[in-house]
Amino acid sequence: MSGVRVLVGTRKGGFVLTADGKRDKWEVSGPHFAGWEIYHMKGSPADPNRIYASQSSGWFGQIVQRSDDGGKTWNTVDNAFTYDGVPGTHQWYDGTPRPWEFKRVWHFEPSLNDPDTVYAGIEDAALFRSTDGGASWTELSGLRKHGTGPEWQPGAGGMCLHTILLDPRQNDRMYIAISAAGAFRSDDGGTSWRPINKGLRSEQLPDADAEVGHCVHRLAMHPARPDVLYMQKHWDVMRSDDGGASWREVSGNLPTDFGFPIDVHAHEPDTIYVVPIKSDSEHFPIDGKLQVWRSRSGGEAWEPLTKGLPQQNCYVNVLRDAMAVDKLDACGVYFGTTGGQVYASRDAGDSWEAIVHDLPAVLSVEVQTLP
Amino acid sequence: MTIRVVLPAHLRTLARVEGEVRLELERPPTQATVLDALESRYPVLRGTIRDHVTHKRRAFVRFFACESDLSHDAPDAPLPDPVAAGNEPFLIVGAMAGG
Repeated sequence: MSGVRVLVGTRKGGFVLTADGKRDKWEVSGPHFAGWEIYHMKGSPADPNRIYASQSSGWFGQIVQRSDDGGKTWNTVDNAFTYDGVPGTHQWYDGTPRPWEFKRVWHFEPSLNDPDTVYAGIEDAALFRSTDGGASWTELSGLRKHGTGPEWQPGAGGMCLHTILLDPRQNDRMYIAISAAGAFRSDDGGTSWRPINKGLRSEQLPDADAEVGHCVHRLAMHPARPDVLYMQKHWDVMRSDDGGASWREVSGNLPTDFGFPIDVHAHEPDTIYVVPIKSDSEHFPIDGKLQVWRSRSGGEAWEPLTKGLPQQNCYVNVLRDAMAVDKLDACGVYFGTTGGQVYASRDAGDSWEAIVHDLPAVLSVEVQTLP
Repeated sequence: MTIRVVLPAHLRTLARVEGEVRLELERPPTQATVLDALESRYPVLRGTIRDHVTHKRRAFVRFFACESDLSHDAPDAPLPDPVAAGNEPFLIVGAMAGG
């Protein structure tokens, strides 16, 4: 029988939640790496037993863990993320130049077809790749060096490369996003890059439609229609129908278009999910009501999903990497909160229940659909 | 000579050791030679105490011995005689400010 494994990264450890295909009874293992920040855990699409985890600490820096048995046991792999050459400077918060300095891995994106190949998005923003299962890391420095790097600046959470999307057509196309620089595309497997931010407007920039500087919070893609991209920006939900060459706003009737995660239904490329958050200073839902909003028209119209979610006195946030979907029928949708809840829907968002209540603040949620 | 090193709990877990670590040093004991030996025996600790490349101490890690803070001593400065003699441990401590 098929099953689901939910990988939850929190401020104080990692948790693995498993259920069979009914998704009604959950086993919780963890905390793994107790006391450490687990920014992200993600399994290989080519081998679901292979999982990479980013473990970090203000005291002791970055550790990379790898499991080859579906998260039961873990071993450390290389944790040296050394920038290619002299890294130069980016913009600091006050606009002064600041040398690039490695801080942590925000996101791992395993290759679609090779368990030993995995991409890492780091802070300060850069993209690394390992082709030996994490035993060594090499920067794909064409991104940082393509020309606009000195203009990038940190968002409130740091200058992080947080999103990596791999085009399933095997055409060497990939996308990344950086807060606060914007979205970028490579058509040659990560060697060369260009900004893809045409159509974005950010009032926080002196030139609101500048080529770079936008605080993109998250990108999402459906594998069956990889030229269509969805974006949750600092403010604004955006859509591109041409692989990022241009963007248009699809915030529509959302109650607020600020938020962090965005994701796509596993079987319906036009069904997308966001979690509207009141504002950039009030990182909580409007009126204390936690709501996922769903569009079944690719952003043309949105509907609130509230059944099973707290509708009073709820002031949590949902971070950018903390939403994921499974591939079962009906599609399962999952998200974690800064209050330590992981909510799951077995019916594509129509109803929700908390499958865990009291974890440390959730940083990331990934889902593996198991055979 | 045998140098005794006390690791913080999280690094003991990473290195999969319990209690003190005892290192045999062929060179005079300094912060640098002790950390070289420690990282050589436990490669998982590389980058957790000092930077991979520059070997600069991480900001929230402190080095204590003989009731003194050695964190700001030069990496090549000799460690106190009781540490060199194995009578006192070299303490690697997570700063109080962390967490």
